[in-house]
Amino acid sequence: MSATRAAVPPRHRLDHPGGRPVDRRRGSTLLRHLAVVLAAGLLLVAVSYAVEPFRNFQLATVAAYLCATAGLTVLTGLNGQLSLGHGALMATGAYTVALCQTAFADRGMTGGWLLPLSLGAAIVSTVAVGAVVGVAAARLRGPYLAGVTLAVAVVVPALAVTFDGVFNGEQGLSVPVEPPPLSLGPYFPYERWQLWVTGAATLLALLLLANLIRSRYGRTFRAVRDDEVAARLAGIHVARTQVLAFVVSAATAGLGGALLAVLAQSVSPGAFSLTLSLFLLMAVVIGGLGRLTGALWGAVLLVALPDLTHSLTDTLTLSPAVAQRLEGNLPLAIFGLTLIVVMIAAPGGVQGLLSRLGRALLARRPTRRS
Amino acid sequence: MDRFVFLTVDGLSRGAVYAAFALALVLIWRAARVVNFAQGAMAVAAAYVAYTVSTATGSYWLGFVVAIVAGLLLGALVDRVVMRHVDHASPLNPVIVALGLVLLIQAVLGMVYGSEFRPAEAPFSRSALTVGGVAVLSPYDLFVFATIGVVVSGLAWMFARTPVGLRMRAAAFAPEVSRLLGVNVGGMLTLGWALASGVGALAAMLVLPTELGLHPHAMDLVFVSAFTAAVVGGLDSPPGAVVGGLVVGLLLSYVSGYAGSDLTPLAVLVLLLAVLLVRPGGLFAPVAARRV
Repeated sequence: MSATRAAVPPRHRLDHPGGRPVDRRRGSTLLRHLAVVLAAGLLLVAVSYAVEPFRNFQLATVAAYLCATAGLTVLTGLNGQLSLGHGALMATGAYTVALCQTAFADRGMTGGWLLPLSLGAAIVSTVAVGAVVGVAAARLRGPYLAGVTLAVAVVVPALAVTFDGVFNGEQGLSVPVEPPPLSLGPYFPYERWQLWVTGAATLLALLLLANLIRSRYGRTFRAVRDDEVAARLAGIHVARTQVLAFVVSAATAGLGGALLAVLAQSVSPGAFSLTLSLFLLMAVVIGGLGRLTGALWGAVLLVALPDLTHSLTDTLTLSPAVAQRLEGNLPLAIFGLTLIVVMIAAPGGVQGLLSRLGRALLARRPTRRS
Repeated sequence: MDRFVFLTVDGLSRGAVYAAFALALVLIWRAARVVNFAQGAMAVAAAYVAYTVSTATGSYWLGFVVAIVAGLLLGALVDRVVMRHVDHASPLNPVIVALGLVLLIQAVLGMVYGSEFRPAEAPFSRSALTVGGVAVLSPYDLFVFATIGVVVSGLAWMFARTPVGLRMRAAAFAPEVSRLLGVNVGGMLTLGWALASGVGALAAMLVLPTELGLHPHAMDLVFVSAFTAAVVGGLDSPPGAVVGGLVVGLLLSYVSGYAGSDLTPLAVLVLLLAVLLVRPGGLFAPVAARRV
């Protein structure tokens, strides 16, 4: 992957037609992304000391979701393929990590390298599943693709019930995770350790994705999205590009699911239902399709919205039964309604609105100076 | 052999419902080039309305009629309030909006009715009658066949023989020309949504007693099966939807009868993938109709 240098002059960039030229900043893309990731990592460590354990756990959950939403952004936003099956891919990663960690624990193996190994195995298994679905998906368009991935989303949790000898049916599996290493001190909060682990994995994944987007492959993704015929005429192998995009986003979805399983220390089919797949899609659309920052907004929303509605239903004095109904369903209703409104009124999502705002401010500044 | 006959009849009875549901998908696809992913949720909403009316009045049939009326109204409402305002330039947009509707409808149903399963009553006995010692049809199966038969032939008659059907077909195939010739294209589109949603509500009323009962997610798997049926037939072909529905119903019945009901979702996925990989446009699609 030649992620370092964009050989295309700014005029020919496809990602912001008619907008600002993106490539104003000179220098190595990889170095710039590395600097951003390092800064984000330092910020994360600082935040992990500043906030209470529960917030650390929430941030870790945001990081795990961000992994999946970033991959889905690459697939749907940059390559134009709709997937309703990413919850199922997350389940694949989650079950793999559960099986690996259980196998390690049963054999009495310990060590810091076991968790990365399990996460790696989760990525490998999701890549395999993603490749199978991706090959089928590369031949399909629009509603057909959505229908197949919808079927995947329904089927994969059902498989866990069908083969309950391996996956333990509706109860699911537990994910044994080791405590933080002793070198960090005996009283190191577990939630902070969880944030470090998921944060590190997610930042690494984001670094790779950001470079992929800026590379030759990223440009072919967008070319295929914008005009398949033109892309084919320009010598791009359309099907191969689509399969690659699917596999990449499957790998990040698998990692995200594996991280979620590690955070919850358990995995069950109920956690990876069709609703989760819809939630992920919702998140990237509301965040803003086609930008990794949009994926971040989406991931934050996925964690913040249930929390907000929980505190809302707490302030209202309701009978326990009504409160329980509201708590489970109110975030869903808000998500659904927001999605419809965003698609109709502001297709750029949160990030689209923010960058429009930013551009408006930037455009005003020079006139004020002169 | 007895078992085979029983499974075949059961499969045809389920398949008839899938056929109706698939037909509803095809109706909207032909009129608006949208696959209505919210159809299952809309049908469940209509069924909940019927449940409320039936429990309040004690009459199954009043609930049945109300379900269809609620389906018609909901379809028209969804078209007028939501779908009409979506930018159809990318095929992804209406799909995403429909998924937003799924979340919204299911969440509202969950808030109003709670998420426990409620029994859906059947108007006729579901125990099979025996013919010559072999258990064949139940009265309920007969009711399902008769109802679906009336609906399918009624729709076919309407599209082929009535002025409204002609206008609807014209509006779907050549909206600009039809508009110039004085056809109310927007109205025809709304009518199409209403009809499709009404048929979907009817299908839900017929299938829910044979499933676990009423639940906000009760139609998720039925929707996937019906989508598969519509794809097997080719999304553009109403007779294809009917045949596809029967094929999917038979397949699911045999798989759950001989291999276990847990495997039916997997069988649907395999069938869907197999059909799409061999003929991406469906078995009944005209060869030249593929768009880029």
